[in-house]
Amino acid sequence: MNVETIFFYLLGAVFVGSALMMVTRRNPVIAALYLILNFFCLAGIYLTLHAQFIAVIQILVYAGAIMVLFVFVIMLLNLADERRLSEAMSFKKIVAAGLSIVLLLELLYIFVYRETELPTLQADRSIEIGTVETIGKQLFTKFLFPFEVTSLLLLAAIVGAVVLAKKRLD
Amino acid sequence: MELQTYLLLSAVTFIIGVVGVLARRNAIIVFMSIELMLNSVNLTLVAFSAYLGDVTGQMLVFFVMTVAAAEAAIGLAIIIALFRNKQTVNLDDINILKW
Repeated sequence: MNVETIFFYLLGAVFVGSALMMVTRRNPVIAALYLILNFFCLAGIYLTLHAQFIAVIQILVYAGAIMVLFVFVIMLLNLADERRLSEAMSFKKIVAAGLSIVLLLELLYIFVYRETELPTLQADRSIEIGTVETIGKQLFTKFLFPFEVTSLLLLAAIVGAVVLAKKRLD
Repeated sequence: MELQTYLLLSAVTFIIGVVGVLARRNAIIVFMSIELMLNSVNLTLVAFSAYLGDVTGQMLVFFVMTVAAAEAAIGLAIIIALFRNKQTVNLDDINILKW
């Protein structure tokens, strides 16, 4: 057990634990805080895969921008009296649990009975491709068109969010 | 570290997200569960990118994050508009599109 392995298992445990806590909490603010913890753990797991750029973006975009938006909306909606939201619906929950277990078993089946061998970690190569330099080069050469389309998508999202959240639609 | 470990971690988190979407009735928590599912798929992509030595997986994660940001902005705007009209975020009460 080297340091990296211990680091990974620690992060993985907190990753799954915080996800479970997020799904089970009643108060949406606490759920949002657990989701932020989850995102930070995921950034650490990305670092164990030598994906430095993605790890930084994970914290900046997800834990920073998106979760601030979530917490802001939760505060805006004033859900204090919504805490007794009827979460009963036991039949639905049983169906949900059954479907999830089926899906989990399917995924585990694929892991256990796979036909092909899984690749091994290409350590030197993965360090090379995780840097800002490699990703930037790819982004502005091979992936230039998707990158430009992304800007259009974000523009549409901005306009859509403003129109939808406006007080009157006239 | 085996690739399998990362894939298992990702699968388990994805299932937790699925449970959140199916079982919870609070629109905001359902929305956060969707983000959780997107993140677990991102973990799969980054793991395969590192183990195959191919940068395409990380590029895909980059675009998934952009789409997630756009989706969060639009989705939360929809939730605000719904809350303004119905005074609730309970998904069982929001059924105006139900036939």
